[in-house]
Amino acid sequence: MTLPIDLAILTLVVISGIGALAVKDLLGASIVFSAYSFLMCLAWASMGAVDVAFTEAAVGAGVSTVFCVAAVFHTTRRTKD
Amino acid sequence: MKFLAMIAVVLTGGLLIFHTGAFPDFGDANSPANTYLSPYYLENGQADTHAPNVVTSVLADYRGYDTMFETTVVFAAGLACFFLLRRKQKPGDTPRMYRHLPTGVTLHIKEGGTLPAEDSAVFRRLDSEFVPHQIIIKNTCRIVIPFIQIFALYVVAHGHYSPGGGFQGGVLLAASFILYAISHDLRRAIRRFPEKVAALFGSMGVLIYAGTGVLCLLFGANFLNYEALAPLLGVSPVMARSHGILIVEIGVAFAVMAVIIWIYYNLSSAGKHDEGL
Repeated sequence: MTLPIDLAILTLVVISGIGALAVKDLLGASIVFSAYSFLMCLAWASMGAVDVAFTEAAVGAGVSTVFCVAAVFHTTRRTKD
Repeated sequence: MKFLAMIAVVLTGGLLIFHTGAFPDFGDANSPANTYLSPYYLENGQADTHAPNVVTSVLADYRGYDTMFETTVVFAAGLACFFLLRRKQKPGDTPRMYRHLPTGVTLHIKEGGTLPAEDSAVFRRLDSEFVPHQIIIKNTCRIVIPFIQIFALYVVAHGHYSPGGGFQGGVLLAASFILYAISHDLRRAIRRFPEKVAALFGSMGVLIYAGTGVLCLLFGANFLNYEALAPLLGVSPVMARSHGILIVEIGVAFAVMAVIIWIYYNLSSAGKHDEGL
């Protein structure tokens, strides 16, 4: 039952991980990275590690995205490479 | 250079993927982690610490020494951001925008111009990037923030029984303040929770954690062995361990909340603490 869910989550994790690296717009990259964190949170929850999932949701998807957006706001929005 | 980096990344990743086959399967009862320590924690955790959530009892009691240094690392991260980014600034150094409330006229005051009083009822400071009146956002956040904070306190206090604890509760508290700073403005958030208070709370959280350990030493037990606090708290040794976990979690929550808010102040205003996101 959970195997299809796990496979779907892991596929999306890989896609959003590659997406976060490939996007040239840094603001977009930080949002994709937040989606990656949220999917990792789902993966932890499906493995039964609810404490880790909670931390990932609060820190990864919440606060660190705000920090990334703040850093982009004060630097440049496009990558150099 | 980029090509070399690519080869290094592909090689390392390939090695890692190649060797994942040697790991024990997920949930394998015969793996080393599940035959040596985990059974002890699972069988004795409840009886030793009176905390049904084994994760909490491992983090804050059996492995309390690790968690103390994690808290210290969080505090050090806050200090590092402060030392790297913080810049002192005099009020007249940069141009500022004010709105004259009775007429609705926006004023742009250049460097060295006369500034209205800080608590003026007639002039309101605006961010230099124009922000329209966002009455829906402001009021929604005003309603939501108290509930986030109550939930955060619940997460801290209920860490023995449900997922969560000091770290998650502290992050939620900090998130409520960040939401306030984004929906209103940074200056108002700093007035509510000044930088000095953030620094004080951060060091206080680490002090609560380490101080509990030292208190246990003073009562003649090992560092962070909360059983020693039983006579002080007036409960049985098992309940003393449970209460010790709670005290330590409160310390972690203080440190994490203050440090995340502090990092946000420094990052969002480039260290000037003047105009945020």
